[in-house]
Amino acid sequence: MSFLEYRVKFAPTGLTKVLYVNWGLYLVITACAAIGWLMLYSISGGDMGQWAGPQMKRFGAGLVLSLMICLTPIWFWRSMSVAAYVATFALLLVVQFFGVIGMGAQRWIDIGFMRLQPSELMKVALVMMLATYYDWLPDRRVSRPLWVLVPVALILAPAALVYLEPNLGTTLMLVIAGAGVMFAAGVSLWYFAGVVGVFGAGVAGIFLLRGTPWQLIHDYQYRRIDTFLDPSADPLGAGYNILQAKIALGSGGWTGKGFMQGTQSRLNFLPEKHTDFIFTTLGEEFGFIGAISLLTLYAVILIFLFWAALQNKDRFSSLLLIGIAMNFFLYLAVNLAMVMGLAPVVGVPLPFLSYGGSATLVLLIAFGLAQSAIVHRLR
Amino acid sequence: MRRPVRDTEDSHRKVTRRALFMGGCMAATMAVLGGRMRYLGVDQAQDFALLAEQNRVNIQLIPPDRGLIVDRNGKLIAGNVQNYRVVITREGAGDVGEVLNRLSHLIPLTRNDMERVLRDVDRNPSFVPIPVKDRLSWEEFSRITVNAPALPGVSPDVGLSRIYPRDTDFAHVVGYVGPVSESDLEGLENPDPLLRIPKFQIGKIGVERWREDVLRGSAGNRKIEVNHVGRVMRELERTEGLSGADLMLTIDADIQNFTQARLGEDSAACVVMDVHNGDIIAAVSAPSFDPNLFVRGISSANYNVLMQNDHRPLANKVVQGAYPPGSTFKVVTALAALAEGAIDVETTVRCPGYLEFGGRRFHCWKHGGHGKVDLARSLAESCDVFYYEVAQKVGIDKISEMGRRMGLGMRHDLPMSAITEGNLPTKDWKQAKYKQDWRIGDTINASIGQGYVLASPLQLAVMTARAATGRAVVPRLIRAIDGVETEIVPPESLGIPESHLEAVRSGMNNVVNSQHGTSYGARVAAADKKMAGKSGTSQVRNISASERETGVVANTDLPWKYRDHALFVAYAPAEAPRYAVAVVVEHGGGGSSAAAPIARDVLLRVLNGALPDPADYPEAQRKRIESMLKDLRLRNADGKMPAEKKV
Repeated sequence: MSFLEYRVKFAPTGLTKVLYVNWGLYLVITACAAIGWLMLYSISGGDMGQWAGPQMKRFGAGLVLSLMICLTPIWFWRSMSVAAYVATFALLLVVQFFGVIGMGAQRWIDIGFMRLQPSELMKVALVMMLATYYDWLPDRRVSRPLWVLVPVALILAPAALVYLEPNLGTTLMLVIAGAGVMFAAGVSLWYFAGVVGVFGAGVAGIFLLRGTPWQLIHDYQYRRIDTFLDPSADPLGAGYNILQAKIALGSGGWTGKGFMQGTQSRLNFLPEKHTDFIFTTLGEEFGFIGAISLLTLYAVILIFLFWAALQNKDRFSSLLLIGIAMNFFLYLAVNLAMVMGLAPVVGVPLPFLSYGGSATLVLLIAFGLAQSAIVHRLR
Repeated sequence: MRRPVRDTEDSHRKVTRRALFMGGCMAATMAVLGGRMRYLGVDQAQDFALLAEQNRVNIQLIPPDRGLIVDRNGKLIAGNVQNYRVVITREGAGDVGEVLNRLSHLIPLTRNDMERVLRDVDRNPSFVPIPVKDRLSWEEFSRITVNAPALPGVSPDVGLSRIYPRDTDFAHVVGYVGPVSESDLEGLENPDPLLRIPKFQIGKIGVERWREDVLRGSAGNRKIEVNHVGRVMRELERTEGLSGADLMLTIDADIQNFTQARLGEDSAACVVMDVHNGDIIAAVSAPSFDPNLFVRGISSANYNVLMQNDHRPLANKVVQGAYPPGSTFKVVTALAALAEGAIDVETTVRCPGYLEFGGRRFHCWKHGGHGKVDLARSLAESCDVFYYEVAQKVGIDKISEMGRRMGLGMRHDLPMSAITEGNLPTKDWKQAKYKQDWRIGDTINASIGQGYVLASPLQLAVMTARAATGRAVVPRLIRAIDGVETEIVPPESLGIPESHLEAVRSGMNNVVNSQHGTSYGARVAAADKKMAGKSGTSQVRNISASERETGVVANTDLPWKYRDHALFVAYAPAEAPRYAVAVVVEHGGGGSSAAAPIARDVLLRVLNGALPDPADYPEAQRKRIESMLKDLRLRNADGKMPAEKKV
């Protein structure tokens, strides 16, 4: 072994860490959030105090938290994963029993200054837990059935609780993101093939059992699927959301109607225009150019995350980065597919744009962890 | 306590492969999303832009002012009044019950009103104004305006509503308006969008209905921006509508009023027509009703009273009533006989009081008969046998043909509802309708306007006008639309030789002005206002042979609905005819006694241009006439009824 092949591995310490933070990633995130503030300002008809202001404050607080997480060593967070998972799981149990009833589902815990959705937190905690598990598990055992069952149980237990709230969107995100981590960790492809087969059978079952006492999902969830499949069948009823969203997006054209000129959102034709459907306002006011720009920003974020994951030789770190990328991707893909009429309405916010505390906070925590992995990569 | 991270090259290679695969999937998904965005926002942009615009802009109609209806001298018959009303919105009021409670101290509100409002408020979106009360007086209206601060969500509102200041006088001619109903919309290919305005008033009967086309006007509209629940955000554009055209009728409101008062509570009809141009000066059906009740929405109690009245106040007897014309039809039979050469002015017939034909006796009204009768006497004394004889020579088809020339048996097109054609029978008609052969007996009955012959008062007036002028006068009701006079085509000649007409006219003159005339009692004393006419008394029941033996029961002894109809047609002045009149008094008894005096009063009213002068009447009648005229309840100059006289 020559001297040249010998590399001293080190991780930055102390204040020098600040130099290793991926500031470009934070910049892009802030750019996304800024687009969100513009949209919220526009939707409220030029009222800073209604949505845009509170959202900026939340983002600011979240960013500070994110930086604190980012400067804390990644191995500390790895050691905290189990505790985080267990604590979040406990919170999920709490909402089952003490949660505030809202939106027809028990999803929130009121913690004074904001309402917390433990299911959002679970998205991060689950990824941490799985990354830790596969970091600990010797490679050769990864595809052994018994060792596959453990992460499956880790995914399904919180997913089941979230599903009971009921919150179909988050349940699916948990399962798919968890599966993504398992996939990245190298679990045999046969398992995934099997699951896809079972899932296909499950979908068939959902539709076949409809209307019987054994139906698997709620009536309103069935209606959402129906509406998705044919939104024009009931333009003023359940299909209204999708149709109006498409009208808003479509009427923008290339360059949009201009800032604060969107009639669909200002005149309230759009449902949930400041939360899940905020993208429609962007499409209406800034057109195709605006929408594709946001999509590009998101792509840049994903590229940053994957690049960091590929660079990082630490198994926990790279799995964590992939898991976070997966979650982030699911947020935006499900939301965008939903507002563009490609997926049923499932209630997933658009990352960094939608008004709301939990999602923004959880995303910033997740990106704090990602940055921590980036900063504390052994070089 | 720092624990070094594990670094395993092997596992990392696998992670890299899988991560790159996942990244590829994500990139593909992003591409799909971008493509979808392009499809929606660029390829389909125009469609969606249109949909968004439709979402945003609503078009609201502004109802036009309905055209006014005035009489030939410009007196208002149908107008529009400000309808003051008060509406409430839930979002403004907050506690609707409390606000209503306060409101009930200012205007009379019944428990029902309040319950209805509360119900409607719950049913509608919070911004929709719910009408609380209509037709407020100005005092009530201003009381609400003054107290507005204490009445959140309550707003005063002004609309237009139809009013008929001369209420009962024009109920049948002008009709009334009412809110659009389902049946009004039925059968309309492309209904005027105005009709979709809730409670929009359209003509239901009469001129209001049949000249709806010009009265309605066209809607203005305002383009408004609305939000998703339809609340108006701002007005973008406004186009004013076109008011409906004003109609001037040929009717003289004062003469109409006089005639209405003169008919009183009898079940009767009277038409006055200008014989030269067909202008209808008055068209009255009695008893009448107040059309304003229908505009407001008539109560079922009031409606039942109108429906159950056996004098049928709702029917417009002038054009709807088809009566056997009785002896007034002799004018037609006589002209037909002259035209066919069956008789001439000299021809005489002997009247023994009846005609035997085919084992049946057809009676003359005069039991003992008239003796030798010529045309002039047959009209003046209304001999039936004369017509029985000549009708057989002429035949029913020729008589009916002459009737049609005189304006009977056809629909005169006036803007009124349910205009009857009447009936002029022919052999073919009976065959088609009853599958029976025409019999001579039918002709005999028809010759004196009984049997199958039916005519409306309007048709009888047209007949009289045509007899008086020899021209095909056509009735006209609309004098001008928006100040533009409707064109009058000078009526063509009927092609009846003047000598024939002269013969009939002199007979009609004798009816009133000869001592032996049936209506001598209704003569006019003033030489320049003399009228000529023909009475008619038409049976509504069969008189049996046994009754004839024992003597026909006097009309006054019969129940009302079995009494004869009294008819009279006349024109005046007899020497230079200007006006024709037809009067029918249902179950009124004899035409000479019941109908002729009405015709005389009305004609004198028209000729005088003011109340008839008692000096124009025969001396013996003046006192009675004077007190009769004094008792008539006529409208004041402003069209209002005088206060009820104390009896």
